[in-house]
Amino acid sequence: MTVFIISLLLFLILCAVATAFTKHLITTVVIFMSYSLIMSLLWMILESPDLAITEAAVGAGITSILFFITIKKIDGIGEERKGGDHDRGK
Amino acid sequence: MIEESETNIEKNETNLELSANSEAGYEWIYKGVCVIVCVIIVGVLLYTASYLPPFGSADNPVNNEVSRKYIEEGMYETGAVNIITAMILDYRAFDTFGEATVLFVSACVVFLLLKDEVLASRIKIRENLILQNVGKLLIPSILLFGIYVILNGHISPGGGFSGGAILGAALILYMNTFGLKRTRTFFNQKTYGIITTGALIFYTIAKSYSFITGANHIESVIPIGTPGNIISAGLILPLNICVGLIVGCTMYAFYALFRRGEI
Repeated sequence: MTVFIISLLLFLILCAVATAFTKHLITTVVIFMSYSLIMSLLWMILESPDLAITEAAVGAGITSILFFITIKKIDGIGEERKGGDHDRGK
Repeated sequence: MIEESETNIEKNETNLELSANSEAGYEWIYKGVCVIVCVIIVGVLLYTASYLPPFGSADNPVNNEVSRKYIEEGMYETGAVNIITAMILDYRAFDTFGEATVLFVSACVVFLLLKDEVLASRIKIRENLILQNVGKLLIPSILLFGIYVILNGHISPGGGFSGGAILGAALILYMNTFGLKRTRTFFNQKTYGIITTGALIFYTIAKSYSFITGANHIESVIPIGTPGNIISAGLILPLNICVGLIVGCTMYAFYALFRRGEI
């Protein structure tokens, strides 16, 4: 169990560092999602299942979806400027 | 690990310096100050963290009479088996009320800022057969799981906030699968307003009643019931449902407003 916890913590730090240093924004969000999942596993090990459920639902689910939409909106603005009258919605 | 990340920062900065050599000037001052500030902050935080009490020790300051009272008498006083829900929605219900209000106000502000009818009329969702067939299987189970987490908040882990987030995720999946038009048949701006304000008003009235009776040592009419049953724990179950509705609707409203400027 200790080996498992230590590997989880190491992976957590790795994810946190990788989130800051990844250039591609969507990859960053996916790494952030995995960070949340590891965090929810750690809450489970620390015997707080309430926090684990909330972390999995909010951290890995809703926050990432909002990040994805925001990134799509930012990219869309760039595309519209380049491509003129370009309908990306269809 | 932290030292490693710092060397990474320094490596990246030297790369940047090489690439932006032409516009040198004062760049190195900013970078040097950045590194110094980061090192100082990390040092201060680590120094402070070394003073924290060891994890899980019995003499820790968190193990005082407050947590002892919650653990020993929480079930008899509130009727909830899950002590965390008893704390969130009974002893500390006023904090949860603040959280629900914050969610509601932020949804209103997002509504004011991002409502955009031009964008909404332009975006169309493509019909996707795979997504629709998977959605038909998945969405009912996700909704059912969310309802289970909300209704069992006082018995098993979970509660209004996490169950509401699961409900919101199911609604978001539904909107992406079947389009805004079909979602609007059962959930539009009017329903959103009615559900969230209704839940907030019910929360306020119910909790004001229990605060008044509790502060004046008047016997409350609401029965506590046998701990462990679904219908027990007095006001905790309806308050859980209120919080779940507010959180679910607000999550969905955030998504819809971010994505297409309309609920």
